Amino acid sequence: MTATTAPRTVGTAGHGDDGGGELTGTGALLRLFLRLSRRQVVVWALALLLLVASSVVALEETYPDAAALQARAALLGNPAAVMMTGPAFALENYTFGAMVANELALWVLLPAAIMSVLLAVRHTRAEEESGRLEMLRALPVGRYAPAVAALLTVTIANAVVGVAVGGALVGTGMATADSLAFGLATALTGLVFGALAAVAAQLTEHARAASGLGLGAIAVAFLVRGVGDVLDREGSWLSWLSPFAWAQQTRLYVDLRWWPLAVSAAVTLVLLVVAASFARRRDLGAGLRPTRPGPAEAAHSLLAPTGLTRRLVSGTFLAWAVALFFFAVAFGTLANSLEDMIADIPAVGEWVDLDLENLTRSFAALMLSFLAVGPAALAVSGVLQLRGEERAGRLEGVLVSGSTRAAVLGRWVAVVLVEAAAVQAVLGLGVGLGVAAATGEAGWVAEMLLGSLAYLPAVLLFGSVAVALYGVVPRVASLAWALVVWAAVVVFLGELLGLPAWARDVSPLAQTPLVPDASPAVAPLVVMSVLAAALTLLGVVGLRRRDVGAA
Amino acid sequence: MSQTAIRTRDLTKSFGSTRALDGFSLTVPAGEVTGFLGPNGSGKSTTIRILLGMLRADSGTAEVLGRDPWRDAVAVHRRLAYVPGDTSLWPQLTGGEAIDVLTRHERGTAHRRRRAELLERFELDPTKKTRTYSKGNRQKVALVAALSRDVDLYLFDEPTSGLDPLMEAVFTEEVRRLRDAGRTVLLSSHILAEVEKLCDTVTIIRAGRDVESGTLAELRHLTRSTVTATTTADPARVAAAPGVHDLAVDGDRLRFDVDDPAVPQLLPVLGELGVQNLTITPPSLEDLFLRHYGDELERDGAEVRR
Repeated sequence: MTATTAPRTVGTAGHGDDGGGELTGTGALLRLFLRLSRRQVVVWALALLLLVASSVVALEETYPDAAALQARAALLGNPAAVMMTGPAFALENYTFGAMVANELALWVLLPAAIMSVLLAVRHTRAEEESGRLEMLRALPVGRYAPAVAALLTVTIANAVVGVAVGGALVGTGMATADSLAFGLATALTGLVFGALAAVAAQLTEHARAASGLGLGAIAVAFLVRGVGDVLDREGSWLSWLSPFAWAQQTRLYVDLRWWPLAVSAAVTLVLLVVAASFARRRDLGAGLRPTRPGPAEAAHSLLAPTGLTRRLVSGTFLAWAVALFFFAVAFGTLANSLEDMIADIPAVGEWVDLDLENLTRSFAALMLSFLAVGPAALAVSGVLQLRGEERAGRLEGVLVSGSTRAAVLGRWVAVVLVEAAAVQAVLGLGVGLGVAAATGEAGWVAEMLLGSLAYLPAVLLFGSVAVALYGVVPRVASLAWALVVWAAVVVFLGELLGLPAWARDVSPLAQTPLVPDASPAVAPLVVMSVLAAALTLLGVVGLRRRDVGAA
Repeated sequence: MSQTAIRTRDLTKSFGSTRALDGFSLTVPAGEVTGFLGPNGSGKSTTIRILLGMLRADSGTAEVLGRDPWRDAVAVHRRLAYVPGDTSLWPQLTGGEAIDVLTRHERGTAHRRRRAELLERFELDPTKKTRTYSKGNRQKVALVAALSRDVDLYLFDEPTSGLDPLMEAVFTEEVRRLRDAGRTVLLSSHILAEVEKLCDTVTIIRAGRDVESGTLAELRHLTRSTVTATTTADPARVAAAPGVHDLAVDGDRLRFDVDDPAVPQLLPVLGELGVQNLTITPPSLEDLFLRHYGDELERDGAEVRR
């Protein structure tokens, strides 16, 4: 399966009459990939359809007239709000359409980007890593057929999502041309990140690492667009480095322009060419760098009771800790534009106390609640990784080596939750450092670090829900993600959509007081801690009673 | 140690609507190598995973080394080693690290020495990341980990899948050494030659039930030898002899099966016919196997029997 040195092109004569070019079998593979991923695509598309349609309806109720819209616009000068929305093109004359474009678009683009990364990796590197690609390539299929089929799958998925988004907007009575542009922008943004993931899939041998790179790129793009828009409310040069900006700069529902979408399309093509050129240089199954030999014997640290778990989960946690730390610092430094904001928009005084220190504190508290979604997701993903171990048949080996089920699960959960807690503390430190750098007051570091610890019970609760599901009903353990998604919706969109209190209260993050702004209420923290302990125990009991290998 | 290492009675286990085990009984005498034969999907792995305490039987009893494997899993695991049929390893670990993780509780120089010896015998490079291993190499990791342990009972679930013939031979030697050292081995397989070479007793499983068990000699007794010969005389007398089945005549060549107990009466008949080029082939395990599964195979349209 070595790469041929002589260049081979589609349709070259001299290969005899094998009836096939480099793309033979693409159609069949495409059907296979679509069969494998159709459910995910439908779920993503329906979820976005629902999100968009229900958001538009909810917003219409919450902001019925120009006065309400203008009051809303007054809140958006806050750098935290800028990070979480988009370039605002009509703040002086805030229309309903401008609001939808400004405040909803990012939350439609992000899921499309995440879906594309996951799908692209799933049908490229994950297939290759598992060895299934080798089996497919042994069939009469062309060299590029699997990759092309994978990209077509991502393209079709994005088309479906784009149609769902555009359809939801048109269906709820938004302007047709702008709504179609919104749908197209969603699809193209997804494709950019899908193509980026295709490049990542060439660089690393592991699907997990490729997904991590892709998701990291999304986070960087998110941050770059946000910081760029903080510099200039309608988008600065920095914003334009982010694929999200290309979609958001179409000035939807304000002054529609299509050409920024051409940037998305062009960058997608460039990325695909890069991925193809990498692909040509390597063997099947390999990364760009060859693997080096490792130790012939396990170190003592690996053989310690928690050694294996640490080895298996810590890499992911470390990578995310570093990424989220920079994210937190960047968010924190946005505090320096708070002063300008007070000067710019006097109306903000109606919203909060005009005291700069208080403003900074409430801003930082908001940042903490945004960022806590990260450790919550890490806790769930870390716990569910054990389910992957069980499905792969590796849990049996660990059990036969002489550990009880309770010990294996207990150690695993302990490592995951301790590391998730550490990431939470790192986030607090990051926000604190950022705010301290922006304000020149070192006291923020300790205050934010302490404040971030208030989220620990909530983070533990997310993890323990996953533990309980894994132990008792492993088949549906991934439902634990639903709680994370809900918490993210509440924290990012809850206010905008005017979600009712009971719906927000389902999220453990919403149960956490907005420290250090609000006074730390101890009762919910204690309740969540007790609940987390109980759910973990339930998970342990469940695992002890069920068949192993049934996950 | 009790005289019986493993004893199961009437095990049943269902997965949804699939009945994997349907009243399965198995006895593995201590200090012997017991073969566990059956085609794919007949319930071998389910049985072994019940013996490991991974699965709980719906009904029936299982006893491993005198204990209930579900309740006392850890105590049982300390005294047994296990090789699965398809070993999955942590891709980011090296083979050597994986072996040490799988034998985490083993200490002492004897174990280290044995580990080094096995690595050499199986020609396994322990510094390679396990994701670069072929199936055979992954299997070797599990074999080295299991064989390096000094325990009472070894459970092998189709252990040689993916191994080349040279490595299979190494495995065979290692199992012989275990037998010589008085250890108990349960070897599940569908490779008959392997079982025939190694096993003292055999249990055959089919569709979740034990259909035959005993020593190889006992089992052979139940079956037929194959006779071929050439003769110019009329073979009608052979056909009429007791215990003769499936006589096929091709010119002067005869071929038929005969019940083993009937062989002594048959020999004078053959002598009177003046046969030449006589061969009497004792039944191989394969014949045994085909006798139990032949109808199934034929139903599937496979041409196995003449």
